[in-house]
Amino acid sequence: MDVALAITWLRAAAEAVTADADELTRLDSAIGDGDHGVNMRRGFTAVTAVLDATEFTGVGDVFVRAGTALISKVGGAAGPLYGSAFRAFGKTLPAGPEVGLADLVTALHAGLDAVTRLGGAAPGDKTLVDAYRPALTAFEEAVAGGAALAEAAAGAARAAGDGARATISMTARKGRASYLGDRSAGHQDPGATSTWLIFQALADVTAP
Amino acid sequence: MKKFINDPADVVAEALAGLAAAHPGLRVNAGEQYVARADAPRPGKVALVSGGGSGHEPLHGGFVGAGMLDAACPGEVFTSPVPDQILAATKAVDGGAGVVHIVKNYTGDVMNFQLAAELAADEGLSVETVLVDDDVAVENSTWTAGRRGTGATLLVEKIAGALAEEGGKLGEVAAIGREVNAASGSFAYALTAGTTPAAGRPGFDLPDDEIEAGVGIHGEPGRRREKLRPARELVRSALDAILDARPLTRGDRALVLVNGLGGTPLIELYLVFGEVAAVLAERGVEISRNLVGNYVTSLDMAGLSITLTKATDEMIRLWDAPVNTPGLRWGA
Repeated sequence: MDVALAITWLRAAAEAVTADADELTRLDSAIGDGDHGVNMRRGFTAVTAVLDATEFTGVGDVFVRAGTALISKVGGAAGPLYGSAFRAFGKTLPAGPEVGLADLVTALHAGLDAVTRLGGAAPGDKTLVDAYRPALTAFEEAVAGGAALAEAAAGAARAAGDGARATISMTARKGRASYLGDRSAGHQDPGATSTWLIFQALADVTAP
Repeated sequence: MKKFINDPADVVAEALAGLAAAHPGLRVNAGEQYVARADAPRPGKVALVSGGGSGHEPLHGGFVGAGMLDAACPGEVFTSPVPDQILAATKAVDGGAGVVHIVKNYTGDVMNFQLAAELAADEGLSVETVLVDDDVAVENSTWTAGRRGTGATLLVEKIAGALAEEGGKLGEVAAIGREVNAASGSFAYALTAGTTPAAGRPGFDLPDDEIEAGVGIHGEPGRRREKLRPARELVRSALDAILDARPLTRGDRALVLVNGLGGTPLIELYLVFGEVAAVLAERGVEISRNLVGNYVTSLDMAGLSITLTKATDEMIRLWDAPVNTPGLRWGA
C-alpha cells in the first residue's frame, strides 16, 4: 500500500459513510441515540478536508492525521474509538511511502488493541469489535496463505459484514445500547456496521 | 418536526451565540466551542469544567458562573464534546490551583474527557475527574456501561462549585463532588421521546397508554415499557428503586430534585413533588432543600426525573451558598 492508495481508501470510506449515514442513524435510533450516521459523516468530512490539504510524509502519516481529525470532530464514543484506532494503525506502520502486507497485519492488530484498551469491549458485546476482529482474522489468514492485498481485503470485508450481521442476535454489554438489556437484541449494531463500511471500502478500491 | 431553528447543522452554534448575547457575564468562545466565566481564570481558585451533549439545557452552559462551573463544553446534540474543546476550556479557566472535570457516566463523555485529561496532564495541568453515575435504573454490572449520570450532576456541580468558590483545594473539591454523587440516586420516566434536530423525528415511539421507565437523558429508551399509571403509583415505584440503591432511613435528611425533561409542564412537576414529599414524610425522611423545574433536560421529551441525595450539614451549607448562573441563581 502506498500513500496514494491510503488516500483513495479513506476517500472511499468517507463516501460510503456519507452515503449510508441515514442507515447508520436508523440503526442507532433503534438501540442508541440516533446520531451515529451524522457524527461519522461529520468526522469523515473532516478527514476528507485533511486529505485535500496535506502533503503526507508516508503511509502511516495519512492514517495518523485522519485519526486525529476523527478524534477532533466526531465526539461520542465513535470519535475516540475510530480516531485512536486509525492513529494506532498509522503509528505502527513503518515510515516511508509504501508498506507491505505484513505491516498492514501488524497495524490492524494495533488498531484493534487501541479500541479494546479504550472501550474495554470483548467479542460478543455487540460493538464494532464484532466486525473488526473477524475482518482482521480473515485478512491475516489470507496474507499468511499468500494472498495479494485485493484478495485479503475482499476476505476482510466479507468477514466484517458477517460479523456486523451477527451482532443482530447479540445483547449489548457496552455503550448506550447496554442500557436496553435484552431489548438490544434483534438490531444490528451501528458501530459494527460502520466498521464493515470501512473494510468494504478497502476491498472496493483494491478490487481488480 | 416543528422547531424554532434555521439549519439543523447550526443549532448548537446559534444557541451559543444567543446565550452569549443574553448573558454578558459569560465568555463564549465560538471557535473552540466552550462557555466560560468572564472573570476566568481566577488565580488560586480550583476551576470546575463540565460538558456533554447539547440538548440538556440549562445543563451545562447555563450553570457557568460564580459558585458553580468555570467552563462548560457543549457537544453536538446528544453527542459528547471532543477532547480539543475540553482541553481548550480546561486551559482557559485554570487558575493554577487545578481543574475538576465533572463527567456524566456515558461511554462517549468518559472517553473524550479521559483523552482531554491526558492531554492536559501532558501540559502540566492538575486535573481530577468526578464521575457522576446516579441513575439507579441501570444495573451497575459488568454487563452494562454502568449507571448513567443524570439529575445528580446539578447537585455535584452546585455543591463542588460552592466549595471551590470559598477556596477549597483540588482534592477537597473533587472529594465533595464524589461524596454527593455517592449519596445520590435518580430515576426517570418518559411519556414521549425527544426529537433531535438532525434526526427530525422522535427517538422512539410510545403508544398513547405506555411510558418508558428508567429512561436516560439522551433519548435512549429505558429498561422497560409499562402502562401509564397514576402519578402517585409512578412516584412510589421510582422512590422504591432509588431507596433500594441509596437507602434513606428515618431521621435522614435529603436534597430532592424533581426535574422536568423538557416537555412536561411545571404543574405536573409540582404535583409529583407533592407525592414525593408525602412518601418521604411517611418514611420519616426530612426534605432539607428542594428544587423543582427543568434543569437537566432531554430536548422536548415529556417526562421527569426524581433525584434524592442523602444530605450532610456540609452539603446543605454549600447548597445554600450564593450562586449566580443563567440557570441557577440565589444569594447573589
